[in-house]
Amino acid sequence: MNRAETAVTFRGSTKSAFLRFFEHREVLGTLFVLPAILLLGIFLAYPFFFGVWLSFTDTIIGGRGRYIGWTNYRSLLQDSLFWLTTRNTFLYTIVAVWLKLAMGLALALILNRLVRFKGLLRAIVLLPWIVPTAFSAIAFWWMYDSTFSPISWVLLKAGWISQRIDFLGDPNLARASVIVANVWRGVPFFAIGLLAGLQTIEPSLIEAAAIDGAGLWQRFWHVTLPLVMPLLVIVTTFSTIWTFSDFQLVYIITRGGPANATHLYGTLAYQRAIQGGQFGEGAAISNFIFPILFMGAVISLLYVKREE
Amino acid sequence: MKAKSDRSASGLTRREFTKASVAGLASLGISSVGLGSLAELAHAHHPEKSYNPGMAPPRITPEKGASLRVLRWSGFVKTDQELWDQNTKKWEEQTGSKVLPEYLSWEDVRPKSAMTAAVGAGPDIVVGWYDDPHLYPDKLHDMTEIAEYLGKKYGGWYDVMRQYGYSTRLKRWLALPIGAPAIQINYRVSWVKEAGWEKPPAKTDEFLKLCKKLKANNHPVGFALGHAVGDGNSWTHWCLWTFGGKTVEKDNKTIAINRPETVNALEYAKELYETMIPGTASWLDPHNNKAFLAGEISITNNGISIYYAAKAQFPTIADDTDHVPFPVGPVGRPMEVGLISQAMVFKHSKFPNAAKHYLMFMLEEPQYTPWIDATRGYVTQSLRYYSHLDVWTRDPKHTPFRDAALRMVPLSYAGTPGPQSAAALGEYLVLDMFADVCTGRRTPKEAAKAAEERLARIYKK
Repeated sequence: MNRAETAVTFRGSTKSAFLRFFEHREVLGTLFVLPAILLLGIFLAYPFFFGVWLSFTDTIIGGRGRYIGWTNYRSLLQDSLFWLTTRNTFLYTIVAVWLKLAMGLALALILNRLVRFKGLLRAIVLLPWIVPTAFSAIAFWWMYDSTFSPISWVLLKAGWISQRIDFLGDPNLARASVIVANVWRGVPFFAIGLLAGLQTIEPSLIEAAAIDGAGLWQRFWHVTLPLVMPLLVIVTTFSTIWTFSDFQLVYIITRGGPANATHLYGTLAYQRAIQGGQFGEGAAISNFIFPILFMGAVISLLYVKREE
Repeated sequence: MKAKSDRSASGLTRREFTKASVAGLASLGISSVGLGSLAELAHAHHPEKSYNPGMAPPRITPEKGASLRVLRWSGFVKTDQELWDQNTKKWEEQTGSKVLPEYLSWEDVRPKSAMTAAVGAGPDIVVGWYDDPHLYPDKLHDMTEIAEYLGKKYGGWYDVMRQYGYSTRLKRWLALPIGAPAIQINYRVSWVKEAGWEKPPAKTDEFLKLCKKLKANNHPVGFALGHAVGDGNSWTHWCLWTFGGKTVEKDNKTIAINRPETVNALEYAKELYETMIPGTASWLDPHNNKAFLAGEISITNNGISIYYAAKAQFPTIADDTDHVPFPVGPVGRPMEVGLISQAMVFKHSKFPNAAKHYLMFMLEEPQYTPWIDATRGYVTQSLRYYSHLDVWTRDPKHTPFRDAALRMVPLSYAGTPGPQSAAALGEYLVLDMFADVCTGRRTPKEAAKAAEERLARIYKK
């Protein structure tokens, strides 16, 4: 073998070893996934674990905290404002999600039956979902204004009420008002999500049920609903997660008032950590959101797996 | 603006100041609320020989090629920001340095400043609020040299400014107070006269009588009880203090809220609430401005912004609007909240000398005088000498805002500013206590007890 042939063989064997290394499925797979893992690690896992760590410290703004064990959690469990916030958060989530589910499903069924102006109506339905939350929150803030509310103005002019409605001044009315704002914003997500599910249902199944004598309600209950159920669960789970961890709507409309009647975990955590400077306690409040989010994620994953 | 740096030490300034103040002060009733005669008032602002224009500044040389990032709250009046920028440009030309200004809504500066302190990166200078410097003193440069120089040159810092800028624990200045938007009683002159008073009375019991009469005349009053950072906190703290209440004792340990004085303050607020327009329980900072300008309320508490908005859009309301200090209750002396703003230089800055030099420059007379003038009464001076400025007397409706500097008390009262008082304020603890009582959620005693529990949790840390 002359020198030139030796060099070629040497280069060839080097190249093939390099290639062979990358031909391993595990190696190549790991390399492809690595950027995503890095991104998730930096932007999700690290902040999450850092938040958990903070909740076990007495960190205040600008200061280094000491490890204090469960003190923040114990302190919160003795804090009446925290319990009020807990009640508010569950009430807000349960009522808003059920309303969104019922209204979203009804809207999806109607949209599914429409023949004319389908595209236009779907675009209109999506509007509340597309509008930035802060923007729609400001619109609601104006609509609920104690002095300038157009709702009060119309009702006053119509003679249906004798004085303006104090939407955000009365604790229960304020809770109802922020729930309405959340429902208005969240219904399109249910409607469009479920509409996609409804459109995958074979019309022949509905027709067969009709031929067998099933009425409208029976066709919905025994055919339509079971077929959209997996999607319904996933949409509801996602909505529960978002509603439970809501911040923007409440912060803009009420700042948690009146007298803390509309505080959610998100707004109270912000108030304590950022406005009050108590990072450790704010992180502990945030971590109370985690079990619900975790359960939501598990339910979604289980359903996705079942579907597969 | 006429330059006044050539004045002799104090004498002429005080005479001019007293003369110019007569028109504005005559209608204020300040003497009746514990500050004494006009001469005493002048002395309270600006004691004899306290202005030393010849004083040499400390030798601080900006680093070569310095470039500063400055975060400040956006101006409440347009001219404020324009003048601040002009002064900045002057400094750039004189030093050859650069400034990158960033303006944020005033409520957003605190969180951003906190983040800057937490991560050790970001603006070199933050013009922030209240207790901010006391939350992260280790992250800030010592401003003692400049603060003492400015204090000695310009008549001294007002007490409240010193309480916010100086750390008694660390024995050093943490920040330079640049001024304080003051909040005063805003009222409709004609409706108050119609109710039988020349102006809102200076005593709390009389003030309540006026509010009841106004309500009977279909001109209710309106004070924010929602989480209104400025307006809500200011009137509720005033109410607490003027009845002798306080959150904590001087030792910063003894919780003092659950006492009869607090209960008296809450009972008074409950009566006052009966005279308010419906809906104040949800009011945030902009609500009272809108209601006042719409002619829905006769009295509220606010900065001078309502008056200027009225001048621009509703001149007849502006003509019928005036300001007085908050009335005084059983405590016998005026006690008011000021939105104290302070400039901090962060240790992560690569150009600390330039940053200090810039702030010193901004508080010197040639810059500070036109700037305060441009704020049109919105920002009350932090250094006593600047109480003589024309802006405070050319319109008598401005004058109460000047004198507010003498009446201001730190929100941490009777304690000192620090993480605990910041946490109490951030939680709207006093404001919520008043809201609970006014909306009927709790009795005064229950509300005071609940506030005591919350304060104990904050102060035990």
